[in-house]
Amino acid sequence: MMMEISHGRRIVNVVMLSLSGVCTILVVGVLFFILGYLFAHGIRSLNWAFFTQLPKPSGEIGGGMANAIVGSGKVLLLATLIGVPVGFLAGVFLAEYSGKTFAFVVRYTVDLLNGVPSIVVGIVAYALVVRPMRHFSALAGGVALGIMMIPIAVRTTEEFLRAVPNPLREGAMALGATKAKTIFTVVVPAAISGLASGMMLNLARVAGETAPLLFTALGNMFWSRGWLQPIATLPVMIYNYAIAPEEDLHQQAWAAGFVLLTLVLVINITARMIIARGPASSRR
Amino acid sequence: MTLKKNLAAVVAISAIAAAVPLNAQTSLTGAGATFPAPIYQKWFSDYQSIGNVQINYQAIGSGGGIKSVTEGTVDFGASDAPLTDAQLQAYKEKNGHTVLLFPTVLGAAVPSYNLPGVSQGLKFTPETLAGIYLGKITKWDASEIASANPGVKLPADDIVVIHRSDGSGTTYCWTDYLSKVSPEWSSKVGKNTSVNWPTGLGAKGNDGVAGLLKQQHGAIGYVELIYAVKNHLPYGKVKNASGEFVKADLQSVTAAAGALKEMPADFRVSITNGSGKGVYPISTFTWLLVPSRCSDPAKKKAIVGFLNWAITSGQSQVESLEYARLPASVVSQEKKQIAEIK
Amino acid sequence: MATPSSITDVLRRPASRSFVSRLRAGNEIAYLITLVATVSILAVVGLIVAELWQNSQPTVKTFGWHFLHTSTWDPNGGTFGALPFIYGTCVTSFLALLIAIPLGVASAIFLAEMAPPKISNFLTFLIELLAAVPSVIYGLLGIFILLPIIREYLVPFLRSTLGFLPIFRGPFYGVSLLSAGLVLSVMVVPFIVSVSREVLLAVPVEQREAALALGATKWETTWQIVLPYASTGIVGSVFLSLARALGETMAVTMVIGNTPAIAASLFSPGYSIAAVIANEFAEASGQLYVSSLIFLGLVLFGLTIVINAVARILILTTSQRNA
Repeated sequence: MMMEISHGRRIVNVVMLSLSGVCTILVVGVLFFILGYLFAHGIRSLNWAFFTQLPKPSGEIGGGMANAIVGSGKVLLLATLIGVPVGFLAGVFLAEYSGKTFAFVVRYTVDLLNGVPSIVVGIVAYALVVRPMRHFSALAGGVALGIMMIPIAVRTTEEFLRAVPNPLREGAMALGATKAKTIFTVVVPAAISGLASGMMLNLARVAGETAPLLFTALGNMFWSRGWLQPIATLPVMIYNYAIAPEEDLHQQAWAAGFVLLTLVLVINITARMIIARGPASSRR
Repeated sequence: MTLKKNLAAVVAISAIAAAVPLNAQTSLTGAGATFPAPIYQKWFSDYQSIGNVQINYQAIGSGGGIKSVTEGTVDFGASDAPLTDAQLQAYKEKNGHTVLLFPTVLGAAVPSYNLPGVSQGLKFTPETLAGIYLGKITKWDASEIASANPGVKLPADDIVVIHRSDGSGTTYCWTDYLSKVSPEWSSKVGKNTSVNWPTGLGAKGNDGVAGLLKQQHGAIGYVELIYAVKNHLPYGKVKNASGEFVKADLQSVTAAAGALKEMPADFRVSITNGSGKGVYPISTFTWLLVPSRCSDPAKKKAIVGFLNWAITSGQSQVESLEYARLPASVVSQEKKQIAEIK
Repeated sequence: MATPSSITDVLRRPASRSFVSRLRAGNEIAYLITLVATVSILAVVGLIVAELWQNSQPTVKTFGWHFLHTSTWDPNGGTFGALPFIYGTCVTSFLALLIAIPLGVASAIFLAEMAPPKISNFLTFLIELLAAVPSVIYGLLGIFILLPIIREYLVPFLRSTLGFLPIFRGPFYGVSLLSAGLVLSVMVVPFIVSVSREVLLAVPVEQREAALALGATKWETTWQIVLPYASTGIVGSVFLSLARALGETMAVTMVIGNTPAIAASLFSPGYSIAAVIANEFAEASGQLYVSSLIFLGLVLFGLTIVINAVARILILTTSQRNA
């Protein structure tokens, strides 16, 4: 028997549900606004000089961020080398080898590491790398960002390895493969799309980090050679130029912001598409 | 596998990274004051081809310069605040040798403001500046400002005080001046690279202050002269100890240096609140902080070479950026100190 | 991957295998390597906490707990008090949540309950992209776009309508607690939307169907049945976002005004813990100054740990309840 829904309740229903729709549009709208603004402003300021020239001395017009772009690449490479293998292996341990209590302790500690504010990671990297070595360096920046990459690497690896169905493992072991062989030649490849996308998301996250680089990588007006010299990076340059008074530098900050955001979003979108297409996705 | 892909990437990118650039120049890293950053960066850029050395200078503020050189994380520092006895002692204790101060140029801290309706230049007395920064004078049409600026129509707007949020030699110069002209400032706040400001907004670096000044109507802030000039910010005349209202420029800053009776042996001196004709009272030297011992011969050669160049040939470029040249007596005194770097 | 040769190998192998052959099989090594990796992470975390604690000692010994509730920050005079930074951090985060929670939960409701799955997934994808935007870019946009908008439109509006409240009084300089709170709210909304949506979707369909069968409207079902069921999870998402907001450095330091003052008005400039560390650490010399900044970092870290733990428990409780 259909109950009559009163007029008032019907109105409330429509109003509230439309309001929630409006909120969603607002939130999504912000994203488009950000992208649109950065795109418009950034594209205008992008030129060949931006990608090929070094920064000019204070007060002179022109110059670019060639060294910062390469610099970001170098620091991120170091960070990946430091954070990903350690995180991956620890994730393997948690998923395949560990007992319950130890796993709980490890997970809790990894969570703790994830909660360290990025500026505090910077302080720690300064104390552990910069001060003893008596240089600011790409290495110090890489260590700081690498530490930040560890928790997500561990969590992603564990999550995606656990999602691999047990029959796969059992089948391999029944055929005579050792546990180690099973893990590295059967389980990991089965989870590879999730692992790859997880690492990409991880990378995209630290690519934008500025605070840990402030007192580790410092900055450089020139090309930075090797790994033990201070190095310019995109996020720090954006910060420095944004708070400067010169309009010319603001333009460069927009261009750099555009490049950085494009990079981050492209990595994000690719990673999520990998997951969406992956066969044994553990997501909904 | 992710690991293999990483390894391949490492090899490829290391090759690229190592190959850029190709020449093997000595490189030095320095950090410190934003006050002389424009001339330092110009110098280092020009000197790269002359001395075949890459000097990377990061303007993080005088406080940062002092700390970095003390901790040895940079090859030299830069500061417009002369090191205190305690800081010199701290350096010695940490490093075993002393740090030498080398004056490079002279500059001025100017009271710059953002008052679109006021086209004439403003005049500030020492008491006014102290009063504004103490938070006692809060409106632009206050009697103290009006009396020093007869005939100027001042708006009834709030004064937005801007100061530095980072450790700054420019702050040291400014607070040193205020401490000399205002006993209340001296006892309440004092002089240092970082103080407990009674009022105002904080901005990072000379550029940060200039940036904030540009955006904020009714603001007043202290910046190094070239920052005000480059950003087309109006700045006021300041009354010096002889009672004359002087605007900061090359002549008035040079006059302030000229009024210096004798330069101490360690080059630590304050020339604020000077008296004399055409002397700008908020002027200061700025120093490079160089360790007296350098274990790397290539670096030592580079820094000695640079210092010699900077105090002689380099001086010809400073005036175009509104910094004053070093007096000749100071230059000859410095040449002797350069020889002390072992 | 098994090949015929290894099967026959297995059949040929003696029952008890020597240590050497077990080693060669790689099991021990793999176990060891992964164990070492795990332990090294534990060691790193221990090292971090130890470093922070040890380097804060001078401040702890000099000021003790007074540090946390005094407000003089005077590097020159040697007095340090953390209150202005704790105040600024809390106020901006609270403001951010105040704006982000209604917006975020409403959006989550729309995405979980109303929108068809394809649209819902697409819009969620876009919103999650917002979470990927780096902090410094939010700061860039904050300085050049948000601040002028706040100055031209929002502040006059607030002054004229709510100007009697002490939080909306006084001069406005662009950089302020209000601006920082607004920028933070944009940064935090995606987390609330994402986690709340997942939590809402996890509410069993039977609950909804039962309510609808009893004649409730869609909204009534959502508001009175689904939301309460998912409430602990949603609160968990709020805590997660809070933890993120507390640690935000760049966007905040670019728009908060960097002034260690405690003022009632949201229009006044302020300072946050992360911002003061970013601004002053590079130049802090003198043991007490450095250790005060490090102690501030430790305080922030401690706060984040507690909030993250609470969030985790809350989200866990919801999923266990639904399991």
